[in-house]
Amino acid sequence: MAQIVLDHITKKYPDGFEAVKDMSLTIEDGEFVILVGPSGCGKSTALRMIAGLEDITDGELRIGDNVVNDKVPKDRDIAMVFQNYALYPHMTVGENMGFALKLAKVDQSEIDAKVDEAAKVLDLIQHLDRKPANLSGGQRQRVAMGRAIVRDPAAFLMDEPLSNLDAKLRVQMRTEVSRIQRRLGTTTVYVTHDQTEAMTLGDRVAVMRSGVLQQVGTPMDLYRNPKNLFVAGFIGSPAMNFMPAQIEDDTLKLPMADVRLPGELRGKLGENGDQGRQVIAGIRPEDFEDAHLVGDAKERGTTFTATIDLVESMGSELYVHFSAVSEHSIESEELRELAEDSGAGEVPGAGEEGEVVARLDPASKAQRGKESELWVDATKVKLFHPEDGRSLTAEADA
Amino acid sequence: MTHTPREKAFWSIAILVVILYALIPVAWITSLSLKKPDQVADGKFFSGFSFENYSQIFSESTFNAALVNSLGIAAIATLISIVLAAMAAYALARLDFSGKTVILSGALAVAMFPPISIVGSLFDMWRAIGLYDTWLGLILPYMTFTLPLAIYTLSAFFREIPWELEQAAQVDGATPLQAFRKVIVPLAAPGVFTTAILVFIFAWNDFLFANTLTSTTDAQTVPAALAFFSGGSRFTEPIGAISAAAVVVTVPIIIMVLIFQRRIVAGLTAGAVKG
Repeated sequence: MAQIVLDHITKKYPDGFEAVKDMSLTIEDGEFVILVGPSGCGKSTALRMIAGLEDITDGELRIGDNVVNDKVPKDRDIAMVFQNYALYPHMTVGENMGFALKLAKVDQSEIDAKVDEAAKVLDLIQHLDRKPANLSGGQRQRVAMGRAIVRDPAAFLMDEPLSNLDAKLRVQMRTEVSRIQRRLGTTTVYVTHDQTEAMTLGDRVAVMRSGVLQQVGTPMDLYRNPKNLFVAGFIGSPAMNFMPAQIEDDTLKLPMADVRLPGELRGKLGENGDQGRQVIAGIRPEDFEDAHLVGDAKERGTTFTATIDLVESMGSELYVHFSAVSEHSIESEELRELAEDSGAGEVPGAGEEGEVVARLDPASKAQRGKESELWVDATKVKLFHPEDGRSLTAEADA
Repeated sequence: MTHTPREKAFWSIAILVVILYALIPVAWITSLSLKKPDQVADGKFFSGFSFENYSQIFSESTFNAALVNSLGIAAIATLISIVLAAMAAYALARLDFSGKTVILSGALAVAMFPPISIVGSLFDMWRAIGLYDTWLGLILPYMTFTLPLAIYTLSAFFREIPWELEQAAQVDGATPLQAFRKVIVPLAAPGVFTTAILVFIFAWNDFLFANTLTSTTDAQTVPAALAFFSGGSRFTEPIGAISAAAVVVTVPIIIMVLIFQRRIVAGLTAGAVKG
């Protein structure tokens, strides 16, 4: 068990492409850290550098107290779970799990004991003598986990271990992974592109984009205080709605309504903002509600009317889509890219219709094609800089 | 796929024709080998059983020595060729290094060289350095001519193996050599055996080098020895004996193929990756 420190790590390929740019991250002993980001953001490369499967171009990597930059994987005392499991097809499940110990010349009796113990944890006892080819996807995944567990390594590295499972199994294995990690208390770095996995599994989540670490924090921290537009759009499902807005005095002019800025928000803007400035507003779907169902909290926000384009019922909640025409436009190439990367869609320009998704209580009577009174919680509105997308409202120390 | 009865009939007949075409000469030579010397020219397919020819060739020291030479030389050439080719093919399949294309095209060039064009100079060279009429003198050219094919076949097999398996082995604590020996080679076994069969057959069947580079029982292999067969008496063509020797010489090949064929199990890598 050990702490993993990435100290200004850079990965540059011979063709000049920089996959990871100056990444610094400390993973504490026993911590479960998720690297998350869209595909091609460098998260897997970062993991493979920790594993020693990829050379480090610049910077220093420490596991425990040792600098391991130039150490081969076998000398780093780490175990890895691959996306496609990479089980040895010519060995039985038991042999697969015991392979590392066998290489380390551990006594056969001890290997058997450890494999048995891990198999018990993973519910694989009755499959120990079978070959991987005869196992189901979920079982293979567990063998891959087992192969890591028996080692009792300094750290687990997991590269999208659940992405090849079907949806139901994925949820099941997600809890399993979490349970095993808590039980063993081994430092774990877990790579995924799925923000749900990131939110539910990790002690801390590190969001990456184009090789650059965007923000590191607890899942709730990222959700409440995204540092920039990208993190805001990437974390949370359905994604945050972005729209151009203008600040005038104490009012925030949103495409669908004017919102009175709460004192708290106003205060945060004080240092950053001045009058009449353009900003990008971000509102999470869950910060909307049917105006009739709000109750006491009503004064925290603003009520407006919108024509509903689409209603999706999940049973426990309703997703309603409506469009809002923007008066103001914000043109920034970088911003458009950011928004696209985060999966939040484009920020609408002037006169364009932007689609907004709101999550309502299932008791809402909102209907497709009808006008409906909606309410937005002004205290939860996030504001972003229109040029570079950094948050204007995030807490400074977050 | 379903076939109509008509298609089935067509293919059955076609297969039968091919099998007959391939097997009739074998049957003929087998029948010749079982005839007595005076029956050889009677034109009949079957005229009695006699193992006279077989006992005759095995009583001759030339043939026994040739058989030992053939087995030894082919086996050693196969072994060395496979070991070298496996390492070279692995490097070619996995690594990116400068000169890779040069090596590949060089290997191909060696394979394209007609053996007849070098056998003359090889004869002179071997005589000069004392390799003439030795095992090594044959093993070397056999290796040279089979390596390119072996490298090509094996690198194709290695490329099929998911790279993650090797990385998994490295993370599990294997040195590159251990990863190669314990994970890659077992998985490439079908390829290794296929290649081994091809190399062995080449070495076993070769007549050109064996005939040119050997002269005595020290290194003469069966195909070369057959050509110098004298037969029972000086005045009869030893057709029966040659036939018997030809039959004997095919047996190891058949055994070899049967043994290795069982190891060539399709889909050995099934279950390695993904679900």
